[in-house]
Amino acid sequence: MEARVDSTQITDAWWRAPAALAGYLFLLALVLGMAAPTTARAQAAKNSCLDCHSQLPPPLQVKPEEYNQSIHAEKGLTCVSCHGGDATKADMTAAMSAAAGFRGHVNRTGIPKLCASCHANATYMRGFDPSLPTDQYSKYLTSVHGHLLAKGDTNVAVCTDCHGVHDVRSPSDPRSSVYPLNVPGTCARCHANAETMKAYKIPTDQYASYTASVHYEDLVKNGDLSAPTCVTCHGAHGATPPGVSSVVNVCSTCHVFQAQLFDKSPHARAFLAAGLPGCVTCHSNHRILQPTDAFLGTGKGSVCVNCHAPGDPGYTAAAQIHSSLTALQASIDRSSAILARAGSSGMEVGPAELELSGARDDLTKARVGVHNFSAPAVEKETQAGMGVAQKTYQAGVAALAERDYRRKGLGISLGVIVLVVVSLWLLIRSIESRNSLEAKK
Amino acid sequence: MSPAGQVRDWLDERFGWDDLVAFIRHKTVPLHRYSYWYYLGGITLFLFTLQVVTGILLLLYYRPTPSDAFGSVQYIMTQVHFGWLIRSIHSWGANLMIFTAFAHMFSVAFFKAYRKPRELTWLSGIILLFLVLGFGFSGYLLPWNTLAFFATTVGTNLIGQVPLAGPWLLTFLRGGADVTGATLGRFFAFHVALLPGLATAFLLTHLLLVQRFGISVPPSLEPAWQAKPPAEREIRFFPNFMLRELMAWYLALGALGTLAALRPWGLGTKADPFASAPAGIRPEWYFMFMFETLKLIPARVGFMTGEALGVLVFGLAAVAWTLLPFLDRGGTGRKRRWAAGAVVFALGYVVGMTLYGYLVMAK
Amino acid sequence: MREDKSNPTQNPERRRFLEVLLGTGIVASLVSFFYPVIRYLIPPPSTDLGSNTVLAATVGELGINAGKIFRFGDHPALLVRMADGNYSAFSAVCTHLGCTVEYRPDLREIWCPCHNGKYDLHGRNISGPPPRPLTEFQVNVQGKDIYVSRTAAT
Repeated sequence: MEARVDSTQITDAWWRAPAALAGYLFLLALVLGMAAPTTARAQAAKNSCLDCHSQLPPPLQVKPEEYNQSIHAEKGLTCVSCHGGDATKADMTAAMSAAAGFRGHVNRTGIPKLCASCHANATYMRGFDPSLPTDQYSKYLTSVHGHLLAKGDTNVAVCTDCHGVHDVRSPSDPRSSVYPLNVPGTCARCHANAETMKAYKIPTDQYASYTASVHYEDLVKNGDLSAPTCVTCHGAHGATPPGVSSVVNVCSTCHVFQAQLFDKSPHARAFLAAGLPGCVTCHSNHRILQPTDAFLGTGKGSVCVNCHAPGDPGYTAAAQIHSSLTALQASIDRSSAILARAGSSGMEVGPAELELSGARDDLTKARVGVHNFSAPAVEKETQAGMGVAQKTYQAGVAALAERDYRRKGLGISLGVIVLVVVSLWLLIRSIESRNSLEAKK
Repeated sequence: MSPAGQVRDWLDERFGWDDLVAFIRHKTVPLHRYSYWYYLGGITLFLFTLQVVTGILLLLYYRPTPSDAFGSVQYIMTQVHFGWLIRSIHSWGANLMIFTAFAHMFSVAFFKAYRKPRELTWLSGIILLFLVLGFGFSGYLLPWNTLAFFATTVGTNLIGQVPLAGPWLLTFLRGGADVTGATLGRFFAFHVALLPGLATAFLLTHLLLVQRFGISVPPSLEPAWQAKPPAEREIRFFPNFMLRELMAWYLALGALGTLAALRPWGLGTKADPFASAPAGIRPEWYFMFMFETLKLIPARVGFMTGEALGVLVFGLAAVAWTLLPFLDRGGTGRKRRWAAGAVVFALGYVVGMTLYGYLVMAK
Repeated sequence: MREDKSNPTQNPERRRFLEVLLGTGIVASLVSFFYPVIRYLIPPPSTDLGSNTVLAATVGELGINAGKIFRFGDHPALLVRMADGNYSAFSAVCTHLGCTVEYRPDLREIWCPCHNGKYDLHGRNISGPPPRPLTEFQVNVQGKDIYVSRTAAT
C-alpha cells in the first residue's frame, strides 16, 4: 500500500522535478542492496537436519520452534554444535557421516562431558557471557548426582534433566525449568517420586514439606525471587545435603545475626557434641515454618522441652524468654487495640501508632535475640519495647478521653435541641388551643 | 417609637415590609391526615443550606490536588478543631438530604401533586434531584481515597456507555482518558461552583412555583377534605406550620450531630491510581439500584453491550419520569390507576434493587 | 398541659413562659452550633497537611556523615547527610519486616537492626534479608529548611 502511494507521488513529481527521479533510483538501489544480504543469510541458516527431524515421529522429532526459543539458538548455536555432522549437506548420509564428525544420540553418561566441552571452557564462554561461571562441571563431579553417575548409575540427574534438552533457557527466563519459581518443582520431579527414590532409600517428602515452609511462601506468595529454593542450601550443580557442622553456615548466609548469636550461645557447643544439626534442630530442615513465640517456653509447641526437663536451668530460661516475648506482644496488642478503637472514633492516633512501631521493632529484635538463649539479654530488649508500648497506651487513653469530651459536647447540644423541640411543641399546642378556642367563640 | 419599630417603618417604606408580613400571615397549608409529608421539602431545603454552610467551611482547608486532597481531608479530620464535626455533618448531611429529596419526590408522585397546574414545579424538582445526585457523585471523589477513586472510574465508565455522546461525556467528565488529577480538579469545580450555581437557580424557581400554585391536596383525599369545616381545612403557614418545620429541622440537626460524634465519616486510604482495584467496589447507596441492575444485564444484548442497554433504559426511564405530569393528565378510571401503578413500581424497584444490592454484598 | 383548657386566663402567662423557654433554647442551641464553627475557623498550630512534602530538618542540624529519622505521613523516613555534604532521603521502613532502619556512620550504610539488613546510600538492598530497595524521596533545600517530598506521581 505504502509503496504504491510513494511511487505515484514520485511519478507525479518526476514530471516537474528530475531530482525526484534520482531519488527514486536511489531508493531502488537501496532496496536491491538490502535484499542481497538477506538471501545470503537465509542460505547460511539453512539447516538440513530439520528437513527430516521436524517431520520424524518422536523420539527423533525436534520441534523447530522449541529449539528456536532456547538460549543456544539465540546465541547462534545449531544442531551441529552438539550433535556434530554437516547441516549444509542435503544428503542424509553425507550430513550424518562420521567423516563430518557426526555424534548422533548422546548417552546420558556422556552428557555432562559434552556440555562441559563448552561450559567449562572459560575462554570460549567469555565470548558469550563473560560473567557466566564455568565451574558447573567440576561442581557436578563433587555432587551426589555426579558421584553416582561416575559409578555407572544412569538414573541420576544429568544436565539435561534440569535444564532441558533442546529448549534450554536462561535461568532468568520465567519459562525455564531452573527459574527460581520452577526450581522446587524441577527437583521434585524425581525427589518427590517414591518409585524413583526407592533404590536410594531417601525420603520423598521434601517437596511437600518445603511447600509448607516460610521460604516457599516468600517465594511464591510474595514473589521474592531471592527467597531460598532447593539449590540455595544444597547447591545446584554440586547438589549435596549439608552436613551437621555446616548447617549453621548455610543458614547464616542469609540469617547472619541469628547465626552470630547462636555461635556465641551455649547451644553451639552442646549441639555439636550431641551431633545435633544446628538451626535444623529447632526449625527443621525443609518444613521451616514461620517461627512463633510458642516455639519457646515450656508449653505446647515448644521445642525447648524436647531436651530441657523441668528443674534444669535451660527450662527456667526458656520459660523466662517466652514470658518476656509474650508480655511485650500482649502489651503491643493492648496499645494497638486502644489506638484502633480511638482511631475508629475519628481521633488522631498517627503519631502514637508511629511510636508503637518502635515497640514492634524491639519485639522483632528481641525475637532475633533469643538465639543467644540468654533470658536477661532478651528481657533487656523487651523492656525497652514495654516502655514504648506503655506510653502509646497512655496516648490511646488520652484519645479516648477526647472522644468522651466530644460525646459530652454532643450530649449538651442534644439537650439544648430537645429543649427547643419540646418548647416548640408546647408553644404550638398553646397557640392552637387558643386558636380553636377563638374559633369556637 | 421604639428603635425596632423605627427600623420596621424604614423597611416598610422601602419595600413594603408590612405587605410581606401580611402575606406570610395569610399563607396557609392544607391540613389532612397526610399533612406531615409536606415537611419533607422543607427539611431537604434546610439540609441543603446546611450543606452550603459546612461546604464553605470545608473549603477553608481543603486542597483539590491529587497530592494534597487526601492529606487535607485527613488534616481537617484530625488537626482542625471540630473539623471532624464539620466534615462528618457534611457527609452525613449529604446522604440524609438525598434521602429526604427522594422521599419528597415519591410523596409528590403518590399525591399526584405534579398534575396541572404544577407541571413546572415537578420539572424543576426533578432537575434539582439530578443536581443533588451530581453533588453526591462529584463530592464522593474529593477526598481522593481508594474507594472513591475506583467508584468514580466505574461510574464515569458507565456514563461513557451513553449512546452517541458517551465518549465525549466521558472525556468531559474525566478531563482526559482516565481518572486523574484533572478529574479531581473538574469534579471540584462542578461540586463547588457549577452545581451550586445551578442548584440555587432551580431552587429559587422551585420555591417560587410552589408559592405561585400553592400546595396541592391529594385527589383521593379531596372529597373528605372539602367536607371538613373551613377552620379545620388549613393551618397557617406562620407560625403553626413554620414552628413544626423548625421542630423537624432541630431533630434533623440532632440526628446529624449524633451520627457525626458517634460515627465520624471515614477517610479510607489514599488513592493510588496504579494499585489494583480493591474488592467490593460499590457506589454510594443512592446509585446502588442502577449499579445492581447493570450487573444483572447480560454482557451483550442484541447489537449493543449490556451496559449500553442499561444506560439507555435508565435514560429513557428518567425521561419518562421527568415527563410524568405530561403523561398523566388526570382523568378518571383506568388511566389514573396506570400512573399510580407506575409510581408504585418505581418505588418498589428502587427500594428492592437497593436492598438486593446490599444483601448480595453482605454475603 | 393539664390546666390550660379549663382556665384560658392563664394562657398569656403560660405563652410568655413558653416564649422565654423557646428563646433561651434557641440562643443556647445557636451557641452550641457556633462554638465549634468559631473554633474551626481558627487554624491549628500545626500546618502539616500530611501531604507529599514535609519539613524534615533545618540546615546545620545534621553534621557530615549523619542521619535523622523524621515522620513522613504515617511512616518514619530517614534523612542522610552523606560524606560529600549532600542530602538524600528514604523511607525508613525496612522492606523485609517493616522495622525502622537507621544510618550507620561507621559502615556508611543504612542498616536495619532487626535482621542486619543493609542498604547502600542509594537505598539499594546490598546485604541481608531485605528483598527490595528502600523508596527514595526527593530532598530540596530552601533557605534554612530541608524539605523532603515523594517523587511526583499523580
